Amino acid sequence: MSTRKFGAPIKRNIDPKLLTGNGAFTDDINLPGVLHAAFVRSPFARARINGIDTSLAEQADGVVAVYTCDNIGHLDIELPLLIPHPSMTAARTQRPLARGDVYYVGQTVAMVVAVDRYVAEDAANLVDVDYHPLDVELDLEKAIEDGTPLVHPTHPNNIAADFTQVCGNPEAAFAEAEHVTRIRVQVDRSTAAAMECRTVAARYDSVRGELTVWDGTQAPLGVRGGLASIFGLDEDKVRVIAPDVGGGFGQKVMFPYPDELLVPHAAIQLGRPVKYIEDRRENFIGSNQERTQIHEIELFAKKNGEVIALRDSFLHDTGAFIPYGIAVAQVASTSIAGPYQIPNIHVRFRAVYTPTVPVTPYRGCGRPQACFAIERAMDQLAEELGIDRFEIRRRNLIRDEQFPYTREGLLFADGLRVKLDSGQYTKALEMAREAIGWDNFAASQEAARKEGKAIGLGLAYYVEGTGLGPYEGGHIKIHPITGKVYVNTGLTSQGQGHDTVFAQIVSDQLGVAVEDVIVVEGDTGTFEWGVATFASRAAVVSGNAIHKTAIKVREQTIKAAANMLEADPADIELEDGHAVVAGTDRKVSLAAIATATNPLRYAFNSAAQAATQFAPASRHDGPPLIDGQHPGLEATDYFSPECATWAYGVHAAIVEIDRDTCDVEVKKYICIHDCGNMINPVIVDGQVMGGFAQGIGGALYERIEYDTEGNPTNANFVDFLIPYATEVPAIEISHLETPSPLNPLGVKGVGEAGCIAVGATLASGIEDALRPFGGKKFHQTPITPSMIFGAISNG
Amino acid sequence: MSRHEHLERSIPSTSADPKAEVTLTVNGVSVTREVSTRMLLSDFIRHGLRLTGTHVGCEHGVCGACTVMIDGRAARSCLTFAVQADGADIRTIESEAEEDGTLSALQQAFQECHGLQCGYCTPGMIMNIRAHFDSGEELDLSDEGIRELISGNLCRCTGYANIVKAVRRAAELAGKA
Ligand code: FES
Ligand code: FES
Repeated sequence: MSTRKFGAPIKRNIDPKLLTGNGAFTDDINLPGVLHAAFVRSPFARARINGIDTSLAEQADGVVAVYTCDNIGHLDIELPLLIPHPSMTAARTQRPLARGDVYYVGQTVAMVVAVDRYVAEDAANLVDVDYHPLDVELDLEKAIEDGTPLVHPTHPNNIAADFTQVCGNPEAAFAEAEHVTRIRVQVDRSTAAAMECRTVAARYDSVRGELTVWDGTQAPLGVRGGLASIFGLDEDKVRVIAPDVGGGFGQKVMFPYPDELLVPHAAIQLGRPVKYIEDRRENFIGSNQERTQIHEIELFAKKNGEVIALRDSFLHDTGAFIPYGIAVAQVASTSIAGPYQIPNIHVRFRAVYTPTVPVTPYRGCGRPQACFAIERAMDQLAEELGIDRFEIRRRNLIRDEQFPYTREGLLFADGLRVKLDSGQYTKALEMAREAIGWDNFAASQEAARKEGKAIGLGLAYYVEGTGLGPYEGGHIKIHPITGKVYVNTGLTSQGQGHDTVFAQIVSDQLGVAVEDVIVVEGDTGTFEWGVATFASRAAVVSGNAIHKTAIKVREQTIKAAANMLEADPADIELEDGHAVVAGTDRKVSLAAIATATNPLRYAFNSAAQAATQFAPASRHDGPPLIDGQHPGLEATDYFSPECATWAYGVHAAIVEIDRDTCDVEVKKYICIHDCGNMINPVIVDGQVMGGFAQGIGGALYERIEYDTEGNPTNANFVDFLIPYATEVPAIEISHLETPSPLNPLGVKGVGEAGCIAVGATLASGIEDALRPFGGKKFHQTPITPSMIFGAISNG
Repeated sequence: MSRHEHLERSIPSTSADPKAEVTLTVNGVSVTREVSTRMLLSDFIRHGLRLTGTHVGCEHGVCGACTVMIDGRAARSCLTFAVQADGADIRTIESEAEEDGTLSALQQAFQECHGLQCGYCTPGMIMNIRAHFDSGEELDLSDEGIRELISGNLCRCTGYANIVKAVRRAAELAGKA
């Protein structure tokens, strides 16, 4: 038997291409005759448009077309509400090009198409838009007050959605509490900031009536559906390809952005390929963001620290529009009780329109905010009751024997109830306590304090609902000539290494080298059933679909091989690209089996000779393909999870604050993590470390700033601080592997794990460090040096 | 569609921008081209020469994705005009592997250590590290030293730890450690 590939640290198939500069990102694809699009964007957060004059732009040298809402025909619509939900009334979505009003700085007002990007951008400046600015309110808490300027006159108090979920009997439990802890916490807005901005290129073949779109998206099938329905084209005439994509992190799962419709529209109209490559400033002001939430959370506890009920009411900033529905707020509200039993929960949120870039998921998607709220509240409760921070958590964790643990009444973002499926929560906490050195910490903290040093220990526990449905598929075919295995699935990769982890799964079933498994995804022309890459679901949903498919192809292969080798199927083993009769040297290659199972007329190579109609092995007593039989070795199958599967983990850190510079130094950072069985531990660690770096950004540096008039003030990489290597501390990761009972591979998602708990952990540590130096609470992220300075100097 | 839209439009093939001739060496090959005077070197390399391994992440000089070597030193091609590179010797990621595709020690180390995910920042990272490796300077291969060495390049995927490992491993493979 070849060694099992599942669980092995296999090198990635895709790397040589990317390392040599041979990747094909959208803007790398050579489209002869391509024209370039640039956008005119609103400079006001809220304004009426009195008129648009495009004449100067149209006359500029090299300009081919200028589009406004008046000449885009069927595209002049409100874009679809992707995820409807009864908590929203008349949900507002934006128009590809503004008609009448603009609702945030950066909203697209006109599009210029020209011979190159330089000319297009110059001409965009020549479009003269006459705006009448309107009043705005940027403060989330003020936005819901009576009399505040409205983003949409249709929505009083700027409320986009108001939704309450209840688990257990909170009212009764509130009355039984012996202690109540209340805090207000705030998480500020950030952005995915993938290194590649968003991209779209389109070409229309008027002879075949086919539209091809290259789109740096996480959801090619969704984009195809959107294009086909909005353009009134048959799905078969629209092909959407997500080529290599330079990071996604949620921002690219949203569709359609205005450019995703307008660029194909221009390509059809002008008869030339057209592309739009977003620049960094546009990514900051035109592509969706996430995070701002303000939670008022209360824990109702017994004196021994047992939390019997939780009430949370939070405001969720949804920006100027709500195209992705309440997904982010819903994930936050259903993750609010974290890993704790807390049997009674009352959680309400209001999603609030603000005149800012629309909000849709960014890696974490509500989870970091929920984690920040519950974990900061747990620390506070521990302090108020005089209980150790690890101990209070231990007392409340869901115990191993309680799994699966259902929170009746809470519906997750998949519309299904929250069921924490498996875990060893207590063990993970113990491991964290040990790894961070909790038991000796008090002494070293004491010693450091004597020297005037501010050292603290922080911790936070998190859960991560992953692997949402509805489903994904897998298609596998063994190529009769090369014997290589081709795998397709409907979602797409932005660096996660799907091509390798899916190949590992297939390799185990078919006994072929991982390099010989060719995974093709992200092309609606090769596989058209599926959903998209989001919510840490690829390994879980596509992974299991591919696993199920591989088992089918394995059965086909063994049956055919047994026939060819005149052996008992039970004796056939698949290894090194061959079917072998166990314990003998009789074997046949997968290529030969794939050829032999395809009855042939033409002999194009020696294996094919054996499969032709006059070959000795051919049947002569009926049709070469038995009724119901499929030629070759090929299968398709699907996996649809019963509900989300919940990964979890604990972070802990030791930090030191420089009291002069207010700089935070992370001296040690540990992470205990459990995403079920790991397909490739190196890739899992990569996901955790990448998420962690984004978590560091959110905890200490990254905040999208707006002035009071709604102008973004740090929409560039100089002022918006993404951590460099010098800002990301080392992280020590340890794993538990508690299999998920919800899928055959026992896997859970890992995409968001790293980022969720970092803000809560560092806030906990910084608060602990500064306790003797002012005793301020840290209930907001990012924690900037000026916040620390304020805490120390007021102390 | 209205009637006039069926008529073939007259679309100019290039902009009316002023042009200048540049001659430079790119990955060992001498090229002479006419470029618009405001064209960025990054655009010239990517679209003029179709060497699309060099990426752009910000076009304002912060992320390092566009890093190439100009006369042996790491430089940001988005902050350089193509005309400024007249007479220069440029190296891009396309020169890093052997002719036959064999990965360089640096590239191998990135693969071995999982130093890339989406790969968008990677060519810029590698050209920056290459410039340091080739400069003859004493390399500080402590964690801090390596983090300092790559501190001009943003990566949003990896969290850097594996890139740090890859640099150390590459130095080892290249006999510099
Ligand atoms: S693209 Fe040149 S530094 Fe970012
Ligand atoms: S690998 Fe994606 S940005 Fe570095």
